[in-house]
Amino acid sequence: MKDMLEIRWHARAGQGAKTASYLLAETAMEAGKYIQAFPEYGPERTGAPMKAYTRISDKPIRIHSQIYNPDVVVVLDKSLIGKVNILEGLPSEGIIIVNTTQTPKEVRAQLDISDRKIYTVDATGIALETIGRPIPNTPMLGALIKVVPIISLEDVLTQLKKKFEGRFKPEVIEGNLNAIKRAYEEVKEE
Amino acid sequence: MKTVKRIAIEGNEAAALAFKQVNPDVVAAYPITPSTEVVQKFSEYVANGEVDTEFVPVESEHSAMSACIGAAAAGARVMTSTASQGLALMWEMLYIASALRLPIVMTVSNRALSAPINIHGDHSDAMGARDSGWIQIFSENVQEIYDNIFQAVKIAENPEVRLPVMVGYDGFITSHSEEIIEILDDEVVQSFIGKYKPAYSLLDVDNPISVGPLALTDSYFEFKVAQAYALENSLPIIKKVGKEYGDLTGRYYDVIEKYKMDGAEYVVVAMSSTVGTAREVVDALREKGLPVGLLKIRVFRPFPTEDIINALKDVKVVGILDRSMVPGSFGGPLYHEITSALYHFEKRPIAQPYVYGLGGRDITTQHIEKVFEELMEIAKKGKPNPLTYIGVRE
Repeated sequence: MKDMLEIRWHARAGQGAKTASYLLAETAMEAGKYIQAFPEYGPERTGAPMKAYTRISDKPIRIHSQIYNPDVVVVLDKSLIGKVNILEGLPSEGIIIVNTTQTPKEVRAQLDISDRKIYTVDATGIALETIGRPIPNTPMLGALIKVVPIISLEDVLTQLKKKFEGRFKPEVIEGNLNAIKRAYEEVKEE
Repeated sequence: MKTVKRIAIEGNEAAALAFKQVNPDVVAAYPITPSTEVVQKFSEYVANGEVDTEFVPVESEHSAMSACIGAAAAGARVMTSTASQGLALMWEMLYIASALRLPIVMTVSNRALSAPINIHGDHSDAMGARDSGWIQIFSENVQEIYDNIFQAVKIAENPEVRLPVMVGYDGFITSHSEEIIEILDDEVVQSFIGKYKPAYSLLDVDNPISVGPLALTDSYFEFKVAQAYALENSLPIIKKVGKEYGDLTGRYYDVIEKYKMDGAEYVVVAMSSTVGTAREVVDALREKGLPVGLLKIRVFRPFPTEDIINALKDVKVVGILDRSMVPGSFGGPLYHEITSALYHFEKRPIAQPYVYGLGGRDITTQHIEKVFEELMEIAKKGKPNPLTYIGVRE
C-alpha cells in the first residue's frame, strides 16, 4: 500500500458520514498518525447523496486536492449503488464495504465486477438494535477498522466516548459503542 | 520541557479558537458560508462566558464592518470574519477602516463571487479588496490559519503599523478540512499579543479627537500617501513578528517561502492551500532530478516586491498560478504584480500566467506536474504561452 491511506465515504446527508470520517481521523491522530478529513459540500439537503473523505498517513499531509483513487470505499446506504458510481477511481485491489443485509457475493453480482475486495455488514440493522435509530455511521466505522486494521477497536471506542460525551445521552453513547463492537465482529468477507 | 498540545480541528473552528484565545473586546459579525462556523463557534464561547467579548450580531456585513470601525475607533481590540459576497458588501467600509488606521483583524474564508452562485473557494473576494489598504495574509493549512491570527493582531496593533489585517484561507478546502494543529496555552497567546494600547480613543474625553473628517484638495493626497507608506513599512514588521512567533513556537513565518528553490530553474508561484499540493509535486520531480522549485506568497499586501525579485531573478521560467481572474486582461493579479516587479531587471525569468481553481475547481498534483512540463517546453522555445486556464473545459 502507498504511504497514505485514502478513504471515500458514500452516504445520504444525515446518515453521519462526516462524523464517521472525522471520528476515524481523530482516532488515527490519537494513535500518532497524520490525518485530514473533509466532506464534499453541495446543496445540502437531508437524503441527498454525499461524499466524505479521510486521509491517514505516517507523514504530514500537505496535499489539498480531493481524493480520486481511494484505497477504500465505504457505502453507508446501499440504495446509492447504481445511482452514484461508487467504483469511481477505485483500483482493482481496492476495498468496498457496504451497509446491507446481502452477502458480499450478492453485492459483487449487482456491481458486476470481478476484481476488488467486497465486504458487507448490516449496519442499519445493528444501529436499530443498539442505538434505536437507523444511523449506520458508527457501525460502518467498526466494520472498516476490522477490514483495514489501521487503528485498534479499543482506540476507536475510547475516542468515540471522548467525542460524544456531553453531546449525547449516556445510553446513546453506549449504543454507539455496542454498534461499533458488533459491526467489528459481524462484517462479512467473501 | 513544555508539552505540545495537538488537536484535530477544522479551519473555521481553529479560527474561532484563535479568536477565543485573543479574547478581543468586540466582535461584530454576520455569518456567511464558508466562514459561518467562525462566528457560530465564537458566539458559543460568548454564550458560555468563555470570553469577555462584546459580541454584536448585526444585519449585514456592511454593518459588521461599520460596527468594527466604531469599536476600533473607540480604542477596542476588534475582530470579525466573512467571505465572498460578505466581503464585497463591506467594500466601502474596508477603505475607511484602513484609512482611519484601525487595527481590525478579519478572517476571510476565500470564496468565489456570484454570479453564478457558488459557495466554493477561490481568491476573487480577497483580490477585490487588494487595493483597500489592508494587509493581506494567506494561510496554506489549518495550522497557518491559527498561527496567522495571532500574528495579525500583533502586526495590526504595532504602533508603526496601525492597519487592519485580513487573514485569508481557502473556502471549504481549508475552512472545512479537519487537520492536526499544535495549539498554544491562553497565557502564551496573551503574552505574545500583549495588552492593546490604542494610540487614540474616541472615548478619551481628556484628549478629544476627530475621526473621519473632511480632507479636500489641499490634504487628502497627503493622507493617502502617508497611508500607503504605512502599508509598505509594515513589511519588516510582518517579518519581525513572524520570527518572534517562530522563536515562541518553532513555526517561523516570512512574507514568502522558498521551497526547494536552490538551483531551481522552473518555479511555480502559488498562494494558500495549493502550495501544499505543489510541495508534493516539487518533491516528486526533484526525486527525478529535475531542477524545480516552489515560491509561496504568504503576504500579498504589502506586496513583498524585493523578496520576490531576489527569489526569482535566477530562475529560467516561472509559472504564476492565480486563483482569481482579471477579466479582459492577460493574467491574474499575482501575475501582474510579479511581472511588473521584474520589469526593470535585465536578468529575469520568462513568466507564464495561469488561472486555476475558480469556484472551487480542484487542482491536483497532475495539474501541477503538467504546469512544470509546460514550463520546461517554454524554456526551449524561449517565449511564454498565452494565459492558460488549468482544468477548464473550453
